Amino acid sequence: MPAPLQAAAALLRREWVGLLRQPADWLTPLAFVVSVVALFPLGLGPARLRELAPGLLWIVALLASLLSLPRLFAADLADGSLDQWWLSPLPRPLAVALKLAVHWGWTGLPLVLLAPLLALAFGVADAGPLALSLLLGTPALTLLGGLGAALVLHARAGAGLLALLLLPLQVPVLVFGSTAAQGGSQAGTALLLLGAWLAVLLALAPWGTAATLSLMLD
Amino acid sequence: MSTPHRLWRYASPAHFLPLSGRLLPPLWALAALGLAAGLALGLFIAPTDAQQGEAYRILYLHVPAAWIAMVCYGAMAFWALWGLAWRTRLAFVLMRALAPTGALFAVLTLVTGALWGRPTWGTWWVWDARLTSALLLALLYLGFIALTSAVDSPDDPRRGDHAGALLALIGALNLPVLYFSVSWWNTLHQGASVSPRGSAIAPEMLWGLLLSTAGFWAYAAAAVLTRSRRLLQLRVESEAHWPRALGSAA
Repeated sequence: MPAPLQAAAALLRREWVGLLRQPADWLTPLAFVVSVVALFPLGLGPARLRELAPGLLWIVALLASLLSLPRLFAADLADGSLDQWWLSPLPRPLAVALKLAVHWGWTGLPLVLLAPLLALAFGVADAGPLALSLLLGTPALTLLGGLGAALVLHARAGAGLLALLLLPLQVPVLVFGSTAAQGGSQAGTALLLLGAWLAVLLALAPWGTAATLSLMLD
Repeated sequence: MSTPHRLWRYASPAHFLPLSGRLLPPLWALAALGLAAGLALGLFIAPTDAQQGEAYRILYLHVPAAWIAMVCYGAMAFWALWGLAWRTRLAFVLMRALAPTGALFAVLTLVTGALWGRPTWGTWWVWDARLTSALLLALLYLGFIALTSAVDSPDDPRRGDHAGALLALIGALNLPVLYFSVSWWNTLHQGASVSPRGSAIAPEMLWGLLLSTAGFWAYAAAAVLTRSRRLLQLRVESEAHWPRALGSAA
């Protein structure tokens, strides 16, 4: 097996096993989502929840995506493993993309699966559009979030700063995603726009994140 | 190797400090004169608006502030790109010096807009596309300032420079999409909102607007130059004493 492939397999296995053995890293955002969702009926009253549900769940997904980001690269920097994969024969944007993919698999994907259940609890009859919009939207959140996580690598303030940086930048995802989740006549357009934005981020974000990391590490 | 263009030498603090020192007095004078003349013309001489009465006069603050808030972000991204490409210290200094002025004008835009909206639209705030994107722009400025100050260490500003420059670039690339998404969302959620202006503009109004805009621009340039001189002096003080020797230290 050529060296880059070997490195890719090793990195993938490490990320996967790491998250498997630290369930708190990915269960905490899910528990956060459930507890925030439980607050909506208490705060807003149960009457209007059905129409608000897609937008509310999207906002919760956006906030939950922030929770696990500060540790994405900082944990690797702290234990020295960042230097290991940084110097490996694997191209750096690819290494970043692999890390982000595994991260999405453990944080974004469970959310995609959980959200329709929560929508049912809000009385939404057809949770299909919501699940589809989250399936396209959460990878976009993760990709832009990786850029943010790399930027705050050495910052003294952690999660609050990351939220301030990322929330305005994530507005397009929220607008397209929540519109797609509502169903209705605009949902198709919104889904296409969301997919287009995801494609742009897929093409640019791993390179941008690798470049950001290299500036932050020197 | 060919000789670089004359302008390039101003990338060096040794040339930038005297140049900005010469530029500052006329800029402050222009700021004072332009603001005084523009506001006098706008507040006292220009005719009352047919539809909005006297309330429209806040336009002489609101419109220049909104222009400057938007252009400052572009300028920040420009110097961020310049600094990352050529690693000149001055580019990062200018980028950082632009952020507080941009944030100030973004907040001024929001405040004057709310004060204008209350008498004319009957509400302090509507979730209109332009208002929402102005709010997001102010948040982008705050994020930039928060990030650079959270990354900075006292002895080495480079990390803060780099993080800020990357954020400014990401923000600038994101802004068109952000603006598109917000205006798309707006057309989706509500019909045509109130248009802030209907009538054609009287000559006194136009002159008042142009003069106050020129005054605000001169103020913004002077503030940015003053701030960048301070930042530059802070940075070079530990390394060399030549700014003092040149007599340009304030």
